[in-house]
Amino acid sequence: MRRSTWLSGPYILWMAIFTIIPLGVVVWFAFTDGAGHFTLDNVLRLGDYLPIFLRSVWMALAAALICLVIGYPAAYYIAGRSPMAQRFLYMLIMLPMCMSFLLRTLAWVALLEDTGIINGFLEALGFTPLHLIRNDGAVILGMVYNYLPYMILPLYTVLLKIDPRLIEAAQDLGCTGAQVFQKVTLPLSVPGIVSGFTMVFVPAISTFYISQKLGSTSSILIGDVIESQFKGAYNFNLGAAMSLGLMVIVFVCTAVMHRFTGDEEVVTL
Amino acid sequence: MKWFNKGFTGLVLLFLYIPMIVLAVASFNTGTSVSSFQGFTLEQYGELFRDGTLLPLLANSLIVAVLSSLCATVLGTAAAMGIHAMGQRSRRLVMTMTNIPMTNPEIVTGVSLALLFAFIGTLMKVNDILGFTTLLIAHITFNLPYVILSVTPKLSQMDPNLREAALDLGCTPFQAFYKVVIHEILPGIISGALMAFTMSLDDFVISYFVYGPRFVTLPVEIYNYTKKPLHPKIYALFTLLFLVILLVMVAMNLLQARDEKHKAAAKRALRGGRRSVQV
Amino acid sequence: MKSMKKFLAFLCAAVLLCACLPLSAGAEPVTITVYNWGQYISDGTDGYIDVNAAFTEATGIEVNYVTFDSNETMYTRLKTGGSSYDVIIPSDYMIGRLIAEDMLEELNFDNIPNYQYIDEAYKNTSYDPENKYSVPYTWGTVGIIYNTKYVDEADVGSWDLLWNEKYSGKILMFDNPRDAFAAAEQLLGIDINTESSEDLRAAAEKLAEQQPLVQQYVMDQIYDKMQNEEAWAAPYYAGDYLMMVEENPDLAFSFPKEGFNLFIDAMCIPKGCQNKEAAEAYINFLCDPEICAQNLEYLGYSAPSTAAREYMDPESASNPIAYPSEDILALGESFNYLPTEVNQEMDSLWLEVKTGSLSPESGGSQNMALYIAIAAVVVLVVVFLLIRGSQKKKKANRGTH
Repeated sequence: MRRSTWLSGPYILWMAIFTIIPLGVVVWFAFTDGAGHFTLDNVLRLGDYLPIFLRSVWMALAAALICLVIGYPAAYYIAGRSPMAQRFLYMLIMLPMCMSFLLRTLAWVALLEDTGIINGFLEALGFTPLHLIRNDGAVILGMVYNYLPYMILPLYTVLLKIDPRLIEAAQDLGCTGAQVFQKVTLPLSVPGIVSGFTMVFVPAISTFYISQKLGSTSSILIGDVIESQFKGAYNFNLGAAMSLGLMVIVFVCTAVMHRFTGDEEVVTL
Repeated sequence: MKWFNKGFTGLVLLFLYIPMIVLAVASFNTGTSVSSFQGFTLEQYGELFRDGTLLPLLANSLIVAVLSSLCATVLGTAAAMGIHAMGQRSRRLVMTMTNIPMTNPEIVTGVSLALLFAFIGTLMKVNDILGFTTLLIAHITFNLPYVILSVTPKLSQMDPNLREAALDLGCTPFQAFYKVVIHEILPGIISGALMAFTMSLDDFVISYFVYGPRFVTLPVEIYNYTKKPLHPKIYALFTLLFLVILLVMVAMNLLQARDEKHKAAAKRALRGGRRSVQV
Repeated sequence: MKSMKKFLAFLCAAVLLCACLPLSAGAEPVTITVYNWGQYISDGTDGYIDVNAAFTEATGIEVNYVTFDSNETMYTRLKTGGSSYDVIIPSDYMIGRLIAEDMLEELNFDNIPNYQYIDEAYKNTSYDPENKYSVPYTWGTVGIIYNTKYVDEADVGSWDLLWNEKYSGKILMFDNPRDAFAAAEQLLGIDINTESSEDLRAAAEKLAEQQPLVQQYVMDQIYDKMQNEEAWAAPYYAGDYLMMVEENPDLAFSFPKEGFNLFIDAMCIPKGCQNKEAAEAYINFLCDPEICAQNLEYLGYSAPSTAAREYMDPESASNPIAYPSEDILALGESFNYLPTEVNQEMDSLWLEVKTGSLSPESGGSQNMALYIAIAAVVVLVVVFLLIRGSQKKKKANRGTH
């Protein structure tokens, strides 16, 4: 097999040109000022934004955890269907991701507003309206909604791989259903959990727009701040430094998570 | 347990589809607001087809999504096979590189790619380098990781002896790939391609910085509607697009199911007479 | 497998065919690229005129129409380069910036005879004092939109309506620092083009005072939120109010007595334009009173030419919101271009306002935050090492078994 290493050549070349060089551009911006001189100011200023960084980490972690809790049973169910049903369900999970993220988020606004659809129903049924939007919960809901498929898909692939004979063996040895799950299924699905968690956490931490539409006045995430540096504040340098900081956080978090699996089991879809 | 899982999965799907339903209903609304339904009309669909601006943009989006996911699938599958053959250290290095586009905030990727393209443009003395090609390159770039990440696990699941056997039986490496390997990793390739297609179809942040004025995609255009409220014809477009993608996906599913049936039949035949392996 | 392949081949063929179509169609005629705000031209929707199609019909020049979502993203795209535009339509202060950075072409007014219809009031502006680079497209005012069902008339008339605790949670605010700071500065009697740090800080403190009362910082969503009464008071553009009031007649508009922003969006030709004469023909076409009237009637913004108002429906041409009296207009102030450092300072203050973390004096907290950051990193690294250590131990254990 060793001979076919050359197959990845074009890819490596491609990524070197279109990923490593742009990354170099980001690093260059992060360590220079507007006039192009070397400076550490941008990186040092990151301390100011620490609360926002921490908030983003917290929100993304919460979203990833909720996705796991919701996604696991769904993935488990899908993996247990007939191949035909599996494909169909897989497709149903993928489909929402094709559609405009902006419009879907706006639809949630319409649902959750004080004068929105859910409250309209509640009022029609004679309940008191609830305050559902403009809090951290709504932002996490938006994240869970947008990234849930990224959790379900890898979990599903991993659960599918588990050899049913192992489960049978455990049952034969006298395990109850819960014990089988705890001692066989769950440990074997750890790689899927880790990759699902990563795939939700990583985009969620750098997301923007969701917090602007669903959050309160103060629920700003680091993605929003970075966006504003590039769009409104004409401060590419600070924006670049922030995204470097974000990348460091992401790498540390994913490295810690991958430690739990023991080896470098890569993200599976 | 089973009925619980079933109900729960139903709820999850409902959760995923509620916003779609809301928008689909809004496309038939006589009022402009999404949250209050005032009356039924098909006018927005008429408006959508009368006004020729949005449909070409949708066509552009589909072209970029299909081409970029195809290119990324080919390039990414080859890369995954190469990576699979690598030693552990270089594999880890390449996988780290693969993760970069996923961890970088999109807007940063977009701006840095735009700067790179503009720089290449000045080298080539072209002042409007941004266009279809740059958009396609950017989309392939952010699609590649998804393909690789879904093909690699399938490769490590595959029995390496299969390919060896094919080679021993006189296959060229290309034939071995075409006749043996691809069948083993096809589900991974398909899910990677689908993932790439979805990512590409809905991208607006990266696209925003690398599109050319002669080739605009739909999400970019929608993102620009911030000063004014969305015209409800957008919801009509959304609903139509949803139905089209649903149809395409169902068609692909049915075709794949048929293929698999043939494959299963062939496998059975193969098991019946192992010596009939032909090259 | 076979049917799958066939399907894919078919898909490829279809796509390639689609890709080729526009190429073969748009070969010969002159094409100009127009770069404008999203949904900021009458495009044939709801029975109004399709301006670009009318232009092509009149001149034979094709229009390639592209949009942006804010002055700043337009600027970023112009600055990063890689694409060329023939006509752009930014706002006043951005034009000032583009002129200062030598990014605009001087116009040849021989090709724009319709410039004569533009009213004197919109010539010799502060951003383009010699009328060399720009031709006004629309103008408008910023004021406060409020819902008469919920807001007491006695509270109306000043910017302090947006600071009124009675309406806490029902107030919206601009989600861009320039407009938000202008509101606070006008309330405080500070020049809206101030560059002084103290003034900016004072305005930021005023905005921080408002922050707990604000439901959300928004732009386009103002429409939905005001129309369905999710919010009761919001600052926005007069032209947009006129559209909202059609959906919800309870909405009203007031010009704050402290003064308000009067903006002009104008057409310019950026450096690097491919076809200047055709671009000028386009600008000229949009200044044609009849076209201008039909276009702006759709947009709802005000026309910079009296001649155009004569072609409009008399009711909208004499609307006191779109065309306020001289006395009111005298209160209008326009934005000038601010240096980058001022913009950056404003932006970081704005962020502190939004997050509710406006510190009385930066410096102390900055160091504090830095220490916390370092501490956090150290903790993370330690956790990382610990986990790795335990993992190794586990592996070693596994090995001994």
